[in-house]
Amino acid sequence: MKSHKKEMVAMLLAGGQGSRLKKLTKRLAKPAVPFGGKYRIIDFTLSNCSNSDIDTVGVLTQYQPQELNSHIGIGIPWDLDRKDGGVTILPPFVGPEGGRWYKGTANAIYENIDFIDKYEPEYVLILSGDHIYKMDYSLLLESHKENNAEVTIAVIEVPIEETSRFGIMNIDDEGRIYEFQEKPDNPKGNLASMGVYIFNWKTLKKYLIEDENDINSNNDFGKNIIPKMLDEQLKLYGYVFDGYWKDVGTVESLWEANMDLLKEDCELNLYDRKWKVYSQNPSSPPHFISETGVVKSSLLNEGCVVHGEVKNSIISPGVYVGKNSRIIDSVVLPNSIIEEEAEINRAIVMSGVTIKQGEKIKSEKSDEIIVINE
Amino acid sequence: MKDLMGIINLSESEEAIKEITYNRPIATIPIAGRYRIIDFTLSNMVNAGIRNVAIFTRGKSRSLMDHLGTGKDWDLDRKRDGLFVLNPVINYDDIIFNKGDIENFNSHVDYIKHSKQEYVLLSRSYMICNVDYAKAFKHHKDSKADITIIYKQMENSHQKFLNCDTLNIDEEGKVLSIGRNTGINKTYNMSMEMYIMKKELLLEIIQNSISAGDSEYLKQAVFLNMKNLKVNSYPFTGYVSCVNSIQNYYKANMELLNVEISRELFQKNGLIYTKINNEPPAKYTDSSNVVNSLIANGSIIEGTVKNSIIGRGVKIKKGSVVKDSIIMRKGIVEENVQLTNVILDKYVRITKDKTLFGDKKNPFVAKKSIVL
Repeated sequence: MKSHKKEMVAMLLAGGQGSRLKKLTKRLAKPAVPFGGKYRIIDFTLSNCSNSDIDTVGVLTQYQPQELNSHIGIGIPWDLDRKDGGVTILPPFVGPEGGRWYKGTANAIYENIDFIDKYEPEYVLILSGDHIYKMDYSLLLESHKENNAEVTIAVIEVPIEETSRFGIMNIDDEGRIYEFQEKPDNPKGNLASMGVYIFNWKTLKKYLIEDENDINSNNDFGKNIIPKMLDEQLKLYGYVFDGYWKDVGTVESLWEANMDLLKEDCELNLYDRKWKVYSQNPSSPPHFISETGVVKSSLLNEGCVVHGEVKNSIISPGVYVGKNSRIIDSVVLPNSIIEEEAEINRAIVMSGVTIKQGEKIKSEKSDEIIVINE
Repeated sequence: MKDLMGIINLSESEEAIKEITYNRPIATIPIAGRYRIIDFTLSNMVNAGIRNVAIFTRGKSRSLMDHLGTGKDWDLDRKRDGLFVLNPVINYDDIIFNKGDIENFNSHVDYIKHSKQEYVLLSRSYMICNVDYAKAFKHHKDSKADITIIYKQMENSHQKFLNCDTLNIDEEGKVLSIGRNTGINKTYNMSMEMYIMKKELLLEIIQNSISAGDSEYLKQAVFLNMKNLKVNSYPFTGYVSCVNSIQNYYKANMELLNVEISRELFQKNGLIYTKINNEPPAKYTDSSNVVNSLIANGSIIEGTVKNSIIGRGVKIKKGSVVKDSIIMRKGIVEENVQLTNVILDKYVRITKDKTLFGDKKNPFVAKKSIVL
């Protein structure tokens, strides 16, 4: 059956391990890591697609995809269960010439050229499932068309002292990118690439094929495709995004991003009715705070029962907090049980873990975040 | 459970619960912070493996349609069978109001005829419980009865189930007659108004009632046929409440603050499903003070909440104290408000510095969407 032509198709790179998240990504890919109580990291990107009216999304998976696959399913929470388009999970595959793993970000797209071609799109939106942010991609597309660009890269201002962690895009007054510095020691600007790109599909396809034929290439957007396009004087534009954006690549940054949600003036508004963040929803009753429960400056979810004290923490669905327990500055993932008289400080408690009665969890080092699994 | 279909009959008396049924049937009154009354019966049916469910309405079905959608959240968006919402058929030449449910069944008799299942379970929406229909169905088949009625034996709760049907049964469980609870007897068998019978029998009852013109209600028809049929009973021993009045609605909510009751109700024989709303987590600030309460997602609590049920997306501002109250979806309680024994319907806003209180037996009810 022939698919309808789409103006733009989104390709979401979700195969990363996120090895700096350590225990958290032992059994699941980084995009599937729980965040903010009831979400997973990828929910933000998928919800952005849904809220930006993008109805065709390919999700490229590779590392530990089981949880991610069952989370995405046929895309119901994001309204991506479509007859025409919708969400498609694209794992590496075997063909007549054999098979292989995706070698890099560009190679992952290259391997799925047929999938994209089916929709005959003008544009392809490349996304990654690693970031927490709310962004209207339709504005990005508008800017891409206005500039008559071949590539538009979303960029965000970062503090100058942090530029060495990012790919820095240097743009002129018109917004055209004239130089790209990968993790520079001497940055010329402070606009970091967000890993969000719009390409004219014809152009990208040509470069992907060339890149695949170059045996010295790493087959990576940042390292190969973008620099080559710049070298060849293509029209690359930057689109400056102004808002909350966080790469939650480490245990510390994941914890910090969770804590950001507790701030009174949190830039990432989860309560905006016009831009909801969608996820799977548990079938559990509202949470219950008992006579002995105390909750301050926290986020709680369905199915929790709290007999103890919760302060400055994020509690995911189905968590039990026993009497005289204290949870402070921590993140507790779904269905964990905190027994009586336990104490948890600056920690991430993983899903389904039981913290025994009277157990005390606190790091010796002041800046360390402890991850507890069984 | 390929052999059993479900019918939820919404012809329920709204006389004593008018304040919150202006725009909706009892079936879609919000309860427990995130559910609607009908979720319990519907989920019980689905959890027993019933895949063909029809809801016979009495009109006023906008909120019902909005809530149920295609039945997806109950896994009833099926290619074969699934969910059917059947409204009363109205011919403009023939408008007679308050016709009984027999007429409604008769209008949709083709649906019942064409359903593939051999047996039918008829239920109401207002009995809040977590019952294992599969067991009741097995009991029905094993006992070779024509009709099985599910009941609960009551002691000392004569006032709570006022006006509910009662069953007089013999030692073998055979139903001798159906009566009504007038609040005098301390011990009685409360009918949960759940009937299991062969589909053929239901069709026969409908047909006979129409041609004889002797009963407008199914209950009446069963009662008239009691002598010719083997009417059996099945005892239910779990928690049940009946939302047929404002008092009982208030009580049913408050009883959910008992952890044992809510665990039984929401988990025992399967989970209770409801329409998904994608609410963010509930947010507590530094000034929030919540005890003995159920708080739904999407709410933002800055004030004090005690012994209350707070619905989805409710805001309670600083300095306000909410006690022994029920606040439905998207209610807003502004600064320094005192609420005691009140029920706020959806979208109610209570402006600054107000004090409102009702009585435990007679809670104050604020109608949907009003500003006080």
